[in-house]
Amino acid sequence: MNFFTTGQVPLQAYLLVAAFLFCIGIWGLINSRNAVRVLMSIELMLNAVNINLMAFSSYLDGDLIRGQVFTIFVITVAAAEAAVGLAILLSLYRNRVTVDMERFNLLRW
Amino acid sequence: MTFAISTELICFLVLAAVVVVGAMAVVLLENIVYSAFLLGGVFMAVAGLYLLLNASFVAAAQVLVYVGAVNVLIIFAIMLVNKRENLEPIRGLQVRRLLSGGVCLSMLALLVRVVALTDWALPGPPAIGEEATARIGEHLFTDYLLPFELASVLLLMAMIGAIVLARRDVLVQDVVTGDPVSQGLIEKSQPPLLPDQPTS
Repeated sequence: MNFFTTGQVPLQAYLLVAAFLFCIGIWGLINSRNAVRVLMSIELMLNAVNINLMAFSSYLDGDLIRGQVFTIFVITVAAAEAAVGLAILLSLYRNRVTVDMERFNLLRW
Repeated sequence: MTFAISTELICFLVLAAVVVVGAMAVVLLENIVYSAFLLGGVFMAVAGLYLLLNASFVAAAQVLVYVGAVNVLIIFAIMLVNKRENLEPIRGLQVRRLLSGGVCLSMLALLVRVVALTDWALPGPPAIGEEATARIGEHLFTDYLLPFELASVLLLMAMIGAIVLARRDVLVQDVVTGDPVSQGLIEKSQPPLLPDQPTS
């Protein structure tokens, strides 16, 4: 790896940061009991995917930056997802008066 | 190692550390309000990473949409549902955390292995740098025109859906018990956030 000789930030470094962020997001998604924190974990995972897209777009597709266009679309969808998710959360809270994920068991089999 | 390259390296290391440590804190901190504000910090650090990748437009969009809209929305949701509740303990919580931690660590190991062993087609074509914004505009109005228009429809649907879901008088009866739900009673049963000031 030429990382230690030139000191330039390699593509792999960005991918590693994104991998860490994605795994932290998944862990939080599974283990959070507060429903708002679940939404935050989803945002973390979306950001990890965005970092991957941007790194590939900059290092492997430098002239046609298609990854940046995809990142903009992902940001759009994430904003829509956050708005609908928080509206669902508010509606749940109004019916259940709790945000504990363990008590949202209407669909438990 | 020139000065510019070492500056880039130091910036990358600092931003990566902020992203990873901030994300851990978002997931692990007990207080949800701290988590929300740290999430804003993580989003800003990710925008900094985009700036390092020569993508000023996407960095600006990240700051505007994530920090300006999503994070504020999350903080508002916390404010609206912020009731101190003692979560009742559940059986085997530690086992569950350890198991899921093991699964996540093994997935991390898999990802790291893929990153390290794949033969990336480096170096790619030369980056266009600051012309990226103009190039994104060309993409959005030529070959990505259909997704661009669909995104506007998606945003409209999400806006209407959020309004409909968050309205007060949608459900007239409880789904489980069948009792009529009085939306006012739920809120009146809690102490008001701002008690009335005595008028003099």
